[in-house]
Amino acid sequence: MTTTANAPVLIDAACVTKFYDTRKALDNVSLAIHAKEVVVILGPSGCGKSTFLRCLNGLETVQAGSIRFHGRDLARPGTDWRPVRQRIGMVFQSYELFPHLSVRDNLLLGPVHVQKRPRAEALRQAEGLLERVGLADRLDSFPRQLSGGQKQRIAIVRALSMNPEVMLFDEVTAALDPEMVREVLDVILGLARNGMTMVIVTHEMGFARAVADRIVFMDEGRICETNTPVKFFTAPDTDRAKRFLSRFLY
Amino acid sequence: MLHALELLWQNAPLLLDGLWATLGIAAAATFFSIIGGALLGMMRASWNNAIVQAAARAYLELFRVIPILVWLFVFFFAVPAASSLDISGTLAAVTVFSLWGASEMSDIVRGALKTIPQAQYDAGRAIGLSGAQLHLRVILPQAVRRMLPGAINLVTRIIKTTSLVVIVGVVDVVKRSQQIIERTKEPFVLYAFLLLLFFALCHPLSRLSRRLEKRFN
Ligand SMILES: Nc1ncnc2c1ncn2[C@@H]1O[C@H](COP(=O)(O)OP(=O)(O)OP(=O)(O)O)[C@@H](O)[C@H]1O
Ligand SMILES: [Mg+2]
Repeated sequence: MTTTANAPVLIDAACVTKFYDTRKALDNVSLAIHAKEVVVILGPSGCGKSTFLRCLNGLETVQAGSIRFHGRDLARPGTDWRPVRQRIGMVFQSYELFPHLSVRDNLLLGPVHVQKRPRAEALRQAEGLLERVGLADRLDSFPRQLSGGQKQRIAIVRALSMNPEVMLFDEVTAALDPEMVREVLDVILGLARNGMTMVIVTHEMGFARAVADRIVFMDEGRICETNTPVKFFTAPDTDRAKRFLSRFLY
Repeated sequence: MLHALELLWQNAPLLLDGLWATLGIAAAATFFSIIGGALLGMMRASWNNAIVQAAARAYLELFRVIPILVWLFVFFFAVPAASSLDISGTLAAVTVFSLWGASEMSDIVRGALKTIPQAQYDAGRAIGLSGAQLHLRVILPQAVRRMLPGAINLVTRIIKTTSLVVIVGVVDVVKRSQQIIERTKEPFVLYAFLLLLFFALCHPLSRLSRRLEKRFN
Protein backbone atom coordinates (compact mmCIF):
# COMPACT_ATOMS: atom_id res chain seq x y z
CA MET A 1 0.00 0.00 0.00
CA THR A 2 2.93 2.28 0.66
CA THR A 3 6.39 2.46 -0.75
CA THR A 4 8.55 0.64 1.74
CA ALA A 5 11.59 -0.42 -0.22
CA ASN A 6 13.69 2.19 1.57
CA ALA A 7 12.43 1.33 5.04
CA PRO A 8 14.79 -0.65 7.29
CA VAL A 9 14.73 -4.41 7.04
CA LEU A 10 12.93 -5.94 10.03
CA ILE A 11 13.25 -9.64 9.30
CA ASP A 12 15.97 -10.84 6.99
CA ALA A 13 15.67 -14.48 6.03
CA ALA A 14 18.57 -15.72 3.94
CA CYS A 15 19.00 -19.10 2.26
CA VAL A 16 16.56 -20.78 4.64
CA THR A 17 16.43 -24.52 4.04
CA LYS A 18 14.11 -26.83 5.93
CA PHE A 19 13.69 -30.58 5.82
CA TYR A 20 10.93 -32.72 7.24
CA ASP A 21 12.94 -35.90 7.64
CA THR A 22 14.36 -36.30 4.15
CA ARG A 23 11.73 -34.18 2.42
CA LYS A 24 12.84 -30.67 1.54
CA ALA A 25 10.05 -28.23 2.43
CA LEU A 26 12.07 -25.01 2.00
CA ASP A 27 14.95 -24.71 -0.42
CA ASN A 28 17.21 -21.69 -0.08
CA VAL A 29 14.45 -19.21 0.64
CA SER A 30 15.65 -15.62 1.00
CA LEU A 31 13.27 -12.83 1.83
CA ALA A 32 13.81 -9.48 3.51
CA ILE A 33 10.74 -7.96 5.14
CA HIS A 34 10.89 -4.21 5.56
CA ALA A 35 9.26 -2.22 8.32
CA LYS A 36 5.61 -1.39 7.51
CA GLU A 37 5.71 -3.63 4.50
CA VAL A 38 2.91 -6.02 3.60
CA VAL A 39 4.28 -9.12 1.91
CA VAL A 40 1.78 -11.59 0.50
CA ILE A 41 2.99 -15.12 -0.18
CA LEU A 42 1.14 -17.05 -2.86
CA GLY A 43 1.69 -20.52 -4.24
CA PRO A 44 0.14 -23.92 -4.79
CA SER A 45 -0.73 -26.21 -1.91
CA GLY A 46 2.29 -27.84 -0.32
CA CYS A 47 4.83 -25.35 -1.68
CA GLY A 48 6.03 -24.41 1.80
CA LYS A 49 4.14 -21.22 2.63
CA SER A 50 3.05 -22.32 6.09
CA THR A 51 6.43 -23.84 6.76
CA PHE A 52 8.14 -20.55 5.97
CA LEU A 53 5.88 -18.56 8.30
CA ARG A 54 6.36 -21.12 11.07
CA CYS A 55 10.13 -20.87 10.71
CA LEU A 56 9.93 -17.11 11.26
CA ASN A 57 8.59 -17.54 14.81
CA GLY A 58 10.38 -20.74 15.69
CA LEU A 59 7.49 -23.19 15.47
CA GLU A 60 9.79 -25.11 13.10
CA THR A 61 13.55 -25.35 13.20
CA VAL A 62 15.56 -24.79 10.03
CA GLN A 63 18.49 -26.86 8.86
CA ALA A 64 20.39 -24.13 7.03
CA GLY A 65 20.29 -20.40 6.42
CA SER A 66 19.79 -17.44 8.72
CA ILE A 67 16.86 -15.41 9.99
CA ARG A 68 18.05 -12.05 11.25
CA PHE A 69 15.79 -10.10 13.54
CA HIS A 70 17.03 -7.13 15.57
CA GLY A 71 20.63 -8.03 14.92
CA ARG A 72 20.36 -11.65 16.01
CA ASP A 73 20.28 -14.81 13.94
CA LEU A 74 17.25 -16.74 15.09
CA ALA A 75 18.13 -19.76 12.96
CA ARG A 76 21.02 -20.61 15.27
CA PRO A 77 20.33 -23.41 17.70
CA GLY A 78 19.70 -22.28 21.26
CA THR A 79 17.61 -19.24 20.36
CA ASP A 80 15.19 -18.26 23.11
CA TRP A 81 12.05 -17.83 21.04
CA ARG A 82 9.80 -16.52 23.77
CA PRO A 83 10.85 -12.87 23.56
CA VAL A 84 10.85 -13.13 19.75
CA ARG A 85 7.30 -14.48 19.66
CA GLN A 86 6.11 -11.51 21.66
CA ARG A 87 7.29 -9.30 18.81
CA ILE A 88 6.17 -11.54 15.95
CA GLY A 89 2.47 -12.38 16.25
CA MET A 90 0.87 -15.24 14.34
CA VAL A 91 -2.70 -16.04 13.35
CA PHE A 92 -3.67 -19.53 12.20
CA GLN A 93 -6.15 -20.89 9.70
CA SER A 94 -8.16 -22.68 12.37
CA TYR A 95 -8.18 -19.72 14.86
CA GLU A 96 -6.93 -21.83 17.77
CA LEU A 97 -8.58 -19.81 20.49
CA PHE A 98 -8.23 -21.60 23.84
CA PRO A 99 -11.67 -23.20 24.20
CA HIS A 100 -11.64 -23.40 28.01
CA LEU A 101 -11.00 -19.67 28.39
CA SER A 102 -13.36 -16.76 27.88
CA VAL A 103 -12.52 -14.15 25.27
CA ARG A 104 -11.19 -11.98 28.09
CA ASP A 105 -8.84 -14.69 29.35
CA ASN A 106 -7.77 -15.61 25.83
CA LEU A 107 -6.76 -12.01 25.31
CA LEU A 108 -5.07 -11.54 28.70
CA LEU A 109 -3.05 -14.76 28.79
CA GLY A 110 -0.12 -13.38 26.81
CA PRO A 111 -0.01 -9.80 28.10
CA VAL A 112 -0.46 -10.73 31.76
CA HIS A 113 1.38 -14.04 32.07
CA VAL A 114 4.05 -13.72 29.42
CA GLN A 115 4.68 -9.98 29.35
CA LYS A 116 3.81 -9.50 33.04
CA ARG A 117 1.87 -6.34 32.31
CA PRO A 118 -0.69 -5.06 34.82
CA ARG A 119 -4.02 -6.74 34.29
CA ALA A 120 -6.06 -3.54 34.25
CA GLU A 121 -3.90 -1.97 31.59
CA ALA A 122 -3.90 -5.12 29.44
CA LEU A 123 -7.67 -5.33 29.76
CA ARG A 124 -8.09 -1.71 28.69
CA GLN A 125 -6.01 -2.40 25.62
CA ALA A 126 -7.91 -5.60 24.85
CA GLU A 127 -11.19 -3.72 25.08
CA GLY A 128 -9.90 -1.06 22.71
CA LEU A 129 -8.79 -3.69 20.20
CA LEU A 130 -12.09 -5.56 20.45
CA GLU A 131 -13.86 -2.29 19.76
CA ARG A 132 -11.79 -1.85 16.63
CA VAL A 133 -12.79 -5.27 15.27
CA GLY A 134 -16.43 -4.71 16.21
CA LEU A 135 -16.60 -7.23 19.06
CA ALA A 136 -16.61 -5.00 22.10
CA ASP A 137 -19.60 -6.85 23.58
CA ARG A 138 -17.94 -10.27 23.41
CA LEU A 139 -15.49 -10.02 26.29
CA ASP A 140 -17.36 -12.59 28.39
CA SER A 141 -18.20 -15.01 25.61
CA PHE A 142 -16.55 -18.36 25.18
CA PRO A 143 -15.10 -19.40 21.83
CA ARG A 144 -17.84 -21.98 21.26
CA GLN A 145 -20.43 -19.19 21.34
CA LEU A 146 -18.79 -17.31 18.46
CA SER A 147 -19.00 -17.66 14.69
CA GLY A 148 -15.90 -18.52 12.71
CA GLY A 149 -15.42 -14.95 11.59
CA GLN A 150 -15.77 -13.69 15.14
CA LYS A 151 -13.31 -16.28 16.42
CA GLN A 152 -10.78 -15.29 13.81
CA ARG A 153 -11.12 -11.61 14.65
CA ILE A 154 -10.58 -12.47 18.33
CA ALA A 155 -7.53 -14.51 17.35
CA ILE A 156 -6.16 -11.47 15.54
CA VAL A 157 -6.80 -9.33 18.61
CA ARG A 158 -5.08 -11.94 20.77
CA ALA A 159 -1.95 -11.61 18.65
CA LEU A 160 -2.20 -7.81 18.53
CA SER A 161 -2.58 -7.50 22.29
CA MET A 162 1.09 -8.46 22.61
CA ASN A 163 1.98 -5.28 20.68
CA PRO A 164 3.92 -7.18 18.03
CA GLU A 165 6.10 -5.49 15.44
CA VAL A 166 5.24 -8.04 12.79
CA MET A 167 2.15 -10.13 12.16
CA LEU A 168 2.11 -13.46 10.33
CA PHE A 169 -1.19 -14.61 8.83
CA ASP A 170 -1.49 -18.19 7.58
CA GLU A 171 -4.58 -18.55 5.39
CA VAL A 172 -6.72 -17.00 8.06
CA THR A 173 -9.89 -17.00 5.95
CA ALA A 174 -9.52 -20.47 4.46
CA ALA A 175 -11.73 -22.14 7.08
CA LEU A 176 -14.46 -19.48 6.98
CA ASP A 177 -17.84 -19.46 5.32
CA PRO A 178 -17.74 -17.05 2.38
CA GLU A 179 -19.94 -14.45 4.06
CA MET A 180 -17.47 -14.15 6.94
CA VAL A 181 -14.33 -13.77 4.89
CA ARG A 182 -14.91 -10.08 4.35
CA GLU A 183 -15.13 -9.13 8.03
CA VAL A 184 -11.75 -10.72 8.70
CA LEU A 185 -10.04 -9.29 5.62
CA ASP A 186 -11.32 -5.83 6.55
CA VAL A 187 -9.53 -6.09 9.89
CA ILE A 188 -6.27 -6.99 8.15
CA LEU A 189 -6.71 -4.16 5.64
CA GLY A 190 -7.18 -1.81 8.58
CA LEU A 191 -3.90 -3.01 10.08
CA ALA A 192 -2.14 -2.44 6.76
CA ARG A 193 -3.45 1.13 6.65
CA ASN A 194 -2.07 1.70 10.13
CA GLY A 195 1.37 0.62 9.01
CA MET A 196 1.60 -2.85 10.56
CA THR A 197 4.35 -5.01 9.09
CA MET A 198 2.75 -8.21 7.86
CA VAL A 199 3.50 -11.44 6.06
CA ILE A 200 0.28 -12.89 4.71
CA VAL A 201 -0.36 -16.28 3.16
CA THR A 202 -3.72 -16.34 1.40
CA HIS A 203 -5.67 -17.82 -1.47
CA GLU A 204 -7.86 -14.69 -1.76
CA MET A 205 -6.39 -13.20 -4.91
CA GLY A 206 -8.45 -10.00 -4.87
CA PHE A 207 -7.41 -9.36 -1.31
CA ALA A 208 -3.77 -10.15 -2.06
CA ARG A 209 -3.76 -7.60 -4.81
CA ALA A 210 -5.43 -4.97 -2.64
CA VAL A 211 -3.30 -5.36 0.48
CA ALA A 212 0.16 -6.32 -0.77
CA ASP A 213 3.17 -4.09 -1.27
CA ARG A 214 4.93 -7.09 -2.69
CA ILE A 215 3.86 -10.50 -3.90
CA VAL A 216 6.12 -13.47 -3.28
CA PHE A 217 5.26 -16.50 -5.36
CA MET A 218 6.53 -19.86 -4.10
CA ASP A 219 6.64 -23.27 -5.71
CA GLU A 220 8.18 -26.51 -4.47
CA GLY A 221 9.84 -24.92 -1.49
CA ARG A 222 11.46 -22.11 -3.48
CA ILE A 223 10.68 -18.49 -4.16
CA CYS A 224 9.89 -18.41 -7.83
CA GLU A 225 8.98 -14.79 -8.35
CA THR A 226 8.84 -11.56 -6.38
CA ASN A 227 6.84 -8.78 -7.90
CA THR A 228 4.58 -5.81 -7.35
CA PRO A 229 0.93 -6.80 -7.08
CA VAL A 230 -0.04 -4.96 -10.26
CA LYS A 231 2.64 -6.63 -12.33
CA PHE A 232 2.16 -10.03 -10.74
CA PHE A 233 -1.56 -10.12 -11.46
CA THR A 234 -1.43 -8.57 -14.93
CA ALA A 235 1.85 -9.79 -16.37
CA PRO A 236 3.81 -12.16 -14.14
CA ASP A 237 7.43 -12.77 -15.06
CA THR A 238 7.44 -16.55 -14.76
CA ASP A 239 5.46 -19.22 -16.54
CA ARG A 240 4.82 -20.98 -13.28
CA ALA A 241 3.10 -17.94 -11.87
CA LYS A 242 1.06 -17.61 -15.08
CA ARG A 243 -0.06 -21.21 -14.80
CA PHE A 244 -0.85 -20.74 -11.12
CA LEU A 245 -2.92 -17.63 -11.77
CA SER A 246 -4.78 -19.20 -14.67
CA ARG A 247 -6.29 -21.65 -12.23
CA PHE A 248 -8.05 -18.81 -10.45
CA LEU A 249 -9.77 -17.55 -13.62
CA TYR A 250 -13.03 -18.91 -14.86
CA MET B 1 -35.78 -53.81 60.58
CA LEU B 2 -35.44 -52.30 64.02
CA HIS B 3 -33.49 -55.34 65.05
CA ALA B 4 -31.14 -54.94 62.10
CA LEU B 5 -30.47 -51.30 62.88
CA GLU B 6 -29.83 -52.13 66.49
CA LEU B 7 -27.36 -54.83 65.48
CA LEU B 8 -25.49 -52.45 63.20
CA TRP B 9 -25.55 -49.72 65.82
CA GLN B 10 -24.05 -52.00 68.44
CA ASN B 11 -21.28 -52.98 66.06
CA ALA B 12 -20.79 -49.51 64.64
CA PRO B 13 -17.32 -49.00 66.15
CA LEU B 14 -16.04 -52.19 64.52
CA LEU B 15 -17.66 -51.46 61.18
CA LEU B 16 -16.37 -47.89 61.20
CA ASP B 17 -12.91 -49.15 61.96
CA GLY B 18 -13.14 -51.44 58.92
CA LEU B 19 -14.60 -48.68 56.81
CA TRP B 20 -11.65 -46.44 57.64
CA ALA B 21 -9.25 -49.15 56.54
CA THR B 22 -11.15 -49.54 53.27
CA LEU B 23 -11.34 -45.83 52.61
CA GLY B 24 -7.78 -45.22 53.72
CA ILE B 25 -6.40 -47.75 51.27
CA ALA B 26 -8.66 -46.47 48.50
CA ALA B 27 -7.69 -42.84 49.20
CA ALA B 28 -3.97 -43.54 49.32
CA ALA B 29 -4.16 -45.64 46.17
CA THR B 30 -6.17 -42.92 44.41
CA PHE B 31 -3.64 -40.29 45.41
CA PHE B 32 -0.65 -42.26 44.13
CA SER B 33 -2.56 -43.35 41.03
CA ILE B 34 -3.23 -39.75 40.08
CA ILE B 35 0.34 -38.60 40.62
CA GLY B 36 1.94 -41.66 39.03
CA GLY B 37 -0.64 -41.84 36.25
CA ALA B 38 -0.23 -38.17 35.38
CA LEU B 39 3.55 -38.44 35.15
CA LEU B 40 3.49 -41.71 33.27
CA GLY B 41 0.68 -40.53 30.99
CA MET B 42 2.50 -37.32 30.08
CA MET B 43 5.64 -39.30 29.47
CA ARG B 44 3.84 -41.74 27.23
CA ALA B 45 2.17 -38.92 25.33
CA SER B 46 5.26 -36.88 24.63
CA TRP B 47 8.47 -38.84 25.13
CA ASN B 48 9.02 -40.67 21.87
CA ASN B 49 11.83 -42.89 23.01
CA ALA B 50 11.49 -46.52 21.96
CA ILE B 51 12.80 -47.95 25.24
CA VAL B 52 10.63 -45.67 27.40
CA GLN B 53 7.56 -46.54 25.36
CA ALA B 54 8.26 -50.27 25.47
CA ALA B 55 8.87 -50.22 29.23
CA ALA B 56 5.61 -48.34 29.79
CA ARG B 57 3.71 -50.79 27.62
CA ALA B 58 5.19 -53.77 29.47
CA TYR B 59 4.22 -52.27 32.82
CA LEU B 60 0.65 -51.64 31.66
CA GLU B 61 0.35 -55.11 30.19
CA LEU B 62 1.51 -56.77 33.41
CA PHE B 63 -1.28 -55.14 35.36
CA ARG B 64 -3.79 -55.78 32.61
CA VAL B 65 -3.25 -59.53 32.37
CA ILE B 66 -2.30 -60.56 35.91
CA PRO B 67 -5.15 -60.48 38.45
CA ILE B 68 -4.92 -58.01 41.34
CA LEU B 69 -5.28 -60.96 43.68
CA VAL B 70 -2.05 -62.44 42.38
CA TRP B 71 -0.26 -59.11 42.71
CA LEU B 72 -1.36 -58.92 46.35
CA PHE B 73 0.18 -62.33 46.95
CA VAL B 74 3.34 -61.26 45.20
CA PHE B 75 3.81 -58.19 47.37
CA PHE B 76 2.62 -59.77 50.61
CA PHE B 77 4.33 -63.17 50.39
CA ALA B 78 6.80 -63.39 47.54
CA VAL B 79 8.60 -60.04 47.83
CA PRO B 80 9.16 -60.28 51.62
CA ALA B 81 10.32 -63.89 51.25
CA ALA B 82 12.75 -63.02 48.51
CA SER B 83 14.10 -59.80 49.98
CA SER B 84 13.74 -59.92 53.76
CA LEU B 85 11.68 -56.72 53.50
CA ASP B 86 8.85 -56.58 55.99
CA ILE B 87 5.68 -55.66 54.12
CA SER B 88 2.44 -55.31 56.04
CA GLY B 89 -0.87 -56.22 54.46
CA THR B 90 -1.86 -52.58 54.27
CA LEU B 91 1.40 -51.57 52.63
CA ALA B 92 1.13 -54.40 50.12
CA ALA B 93 -2.45 -53.36 49.37
CA VAL B 94 -1.61 -49.68 48.90
CA THR B 95 1.37 -50.59 46.71
CA VAL B 96 -0.58 -52.92 44.47
CA PHE B 97 -3.60 -50.65 44.12
CA SER B 98 -1.34 -47.67 43.44
CA LEU B 99 0.63 -49.48 40.76
CA TRP B 100 -2.52 -50.79 39.16
CA GLY B 101 -4.31 -47.44 39.43
CA ALA B 102 -1.33 -45.56 38.00
CA SER B 103 -1.20 -47.84 34.99
CA GLU B 104 -4.89 -47.33 34.30
CA MET B 105 -4.67 -43.62 35.01
CA SER B 106 -1.76 -43.19 32.62
CA ASP B 107 -3.96 -44.54 29.84
CA ILE B 108 -6.65 -42.01 30.71
CA VAL B 109 -4.14 -39.15 30.85
CA ARG B 110 -2.41 -40.13 27.64
CA GLY B 111 -5.72 -40.54 25.82
CA ALA B 112 -6.88 -37.10 26.95
CA LEU B 113 -3.61 -35.42 25.99
CA LYS B 114 -3.71 -37.03 22.56
CA THR B 115 -7.09 -35.40 21.87
CA ILE B 116 -5.61 -31.90 22.23
CA PRO B 117 -4.69 -30.80 18.71
CA GLN B 118 -1.07 -29.95 17.93
CA ALA B 119 -2.28 -26.53 16.79
CA GLN B 120 -3.23 -25.65 20.37
CA TYR B 121 0.40 -26.14 21.35
CA ASP B 122 1.43 -23.93 18.41
CA ALA B 123 -1.05 -21.23 19.40
CA GLY B 124 0.22 -21.25 22.98
CA ARG B 125 3.84 -21.04 21.90
CA ALA B 126 3.04 -18.33 19.37
CA ILE B 127 2.05 -15.95 22.17
CA GLY B 128 5.29 -16.67 23.97
CA LEU B 129 4.15 -19.09 26.69
CA SER B 130 6.91 -21.15 28.28
CA GLY B 131 6.61 -24.92 28.27
CA ALA B 132 5.32 -24.98 31.83
CA GLN B 133 2.81 -22.16 31.20
CA LEU B 134 1.64 -23.87 28.04
CA HIS B 135 0.92 -27.10 29.88
CA LEU B 136 -0.54 -25.57 33.02
CA ARG B 137 -2.71 -22.92 31.39
CA VAL B 138 -3.61 -24.34 27.99
CA ILE B 139 -3.12 -28.07 27.60
CA LEU B 140 -3.87 -29.61 31.01
CA PRO B 141 -7.05 -27.59 31.74
CA GLN B 142 -8.48 -28.89 28.48
CA ALA B 143 -7.20 -32.40 29.01
CA VAL B 144 -8.41 -32.65 32.63
CA ARG B 145 -12.01 -32.19 31.54
CA ARG B 146 -11.62 -35.17 29.28
CA MET B 147 -9.87 -37.20 31.99
CA LEU B 148 -12.46 -36.65 34.70
CA PRO B 149 -15.09 -39.23 33.70
CA GLY B 150 -12.52 -42.00 33.30
CA ALA B 151 -10.65 -41.00 36.44
CA ILE B 152 -13.80 -41.02 38.56
CA ASN B 153 -14.69 -44.42 37.18
CA LEU B 154 -11.28 -45.65 38.16
CA VAL B 155 -11.85 -44.46 41.74
CA THR B 156 -15.06 -46.48 41.97
CA ARG B 157 -13.20 -49.51 40.67
CA ILE B 158 -10.46 -49.00 43.24
CA ILE B 159 -13.02 -48.75 46.05
CA LYS B 160 -14.75 -51.94 44.93
CA THR B 161 -11.53 -53.84 44.46
CA THR B 162 -10.28 -53.00 47.97
CA SER B 163 -12.45 -55.87 49.19
CA LEU B 164 -9.64 -58.17 48.00
CA VAL B 165 -7.33 -56.93 50.78
CA VAL B 166 -8.92 -59.46 53.11
CA ILE B 167 -6.64 -62.13 51.70
CA VAL B 168 -3.49 -60.35 52.85
CA GLY B 169 -4.86 -60.00 56.35
CA VAL B 170 -6.08 -56.42 56.26
CA VAL B 171 -9.17 -55.97 58.39
CA ASP B 172 -11.38 -53.86 56.18
CA VAL B 173 -15.12 -53.34 56.35
CA VAL B 174 -15.79 -56.66 54.62
CA LYS B 175 -13.60 -58.56 57.07
CA ARG B 176 -15.20 -56.78 60.02
CA SER B 177 -18.63 -57.76 58.75
CA GLN B 178 -17.57 -61.37 58.47
CA GLN B 179 -16.28 -61.31 62.04
CA ILE B 180 -19.60 -59.91 63.24
CA ILE B 181 -21.48 -62.56 61.28
CA GLU B 182 -19.48 -65.31 62.96
CA ARG B 183 -20.34 -63.90 66.34
CA THR B 184 -23.99 -62.98 65.77
CA LYS B 185 -25.06 -65.40 63.01
CA GLU B 186 -26.76 -62.56 61.17
CA PRO B 187 -25.38 -62.83 57.65
CA PHE B 188 -28.38 -61.26 55.97
CA VAL B 189 -28.21 -57.99 57.89
CA LEU B 190 -24.49 -57.54 57.38
CA TYR B 191 -24.37 -58.45 53.72
CA ALA B 192 -27.31 -56.12 53.10
CA PHE B 193 -25.33 -53.45 54.91
CA LEU B 194 -22.26 -54.07 52.73
CA LEU B 195 -24.36 -53.96 49.60
CA LEU B 196 -25.90 -50.65 50.57
CA LEU B 197 -22.55 -49.29 51.73
CA PHE B 198 -20.71 -49.97 48.47
CA PHE B 199 -23.69 -48.74 46.50
CA ALA B 200 -23.73 -45.52 48.51
CA LEU B 201 -19.99 -45.05 48.00
CA CYS B 202 -19.80 -45.85 44.31
CA HIS B 203 -23.12 -44.96 42.77
CA PRO B 204 -22.81 -41.18 43.21
CA LEU B 205 -19.34 -41.29 41.66
CA SER B 206 -20.58 -43.40 38.82
CA ARG B 207 -23.43 -40.97 38.16
CA LEU B 208 -21.11 -38.00 38.34
CA SER B 209 -18.83 -39.65 35.82
CA ARG B 210 -21.69 -40.28 33.41
CA ARG B 211 -22.97 -36.71 33.82
CA LEU B 212 -19.54 -35.28 33.05
CA GLU B 213 -19.14 -37.57 30.09
CA LYS B 214 -22.41 -36.34 28.63
CA ARG B 215 -21.49 -32.75 29.25
CA PHE B 216 -18.19 -33.00 27.40
CA ASN B 217 -19.67 -34.73 24.38
N1 LIG C 1 4.80 -31.62 10.11
C1 LIG C 1 5.18 -32.04 8.89
N2 LIG C 1 5.80 -33.22 8.74
C2 LIG C 1 6.22 -33.64 7.52
N3 LIG C 1 6.03 -32.96 6.39
C3 LIG C 1 5.40 -31.78 6.47
C4 LIG C 1 4.95 -31.26 7.71
N4 LIG C 1 4.36 -30.06 7.48
C5 LIG C 1 4.44 -29.86 6.15
N5 LIG C 1 5.07 -30.87 5.54
C6 LIG C 1 5.39 -30.97 4.09
O1 LIG C 1 6.14 -29.83 3.74
C7 LIG C 1 5.71 -29.29 2.51
C8 LIG C 1 5.29 -27.84 2.68
O2 LIG C 1 4.11 -27.80 3.49
P1 LIG C 1 3.39 -26.47 3.88
O3 LIG C 1 2.34 -26.82 4.87
O4 LIG C 1 4.37 -25.45 4.27
O5 LIG C 1 2.71 -26.05 2.52
P2 LIG C 1 1.71 -24.85 2.22
O6 LIG C 1 2.31 -24.08 1.10
O7 LIG C 1 1.40 -24.13 3.45
O8 LIG C 1 0.44 -25.62 1.67
P3 LIG C 1 -1.13 -25.26 1.86
O9 LIG C 1 -1.45 -24.21 0.87
O10 LIG C 1 -1.80 -26.56 1.54
O11 LIG C 1 -1.31 -24.84 3.27
C9 LIG C 1 4.59 -30.17 2.03
O12 LIG C 1 5.11 -31.07 1.09
C10 LIG C 1 4.12 -30.90 3.27
O13 LIG C 1 3.66 -32.17 2.92
MG1 LIG D 1 -0.35 -23.92 4.64
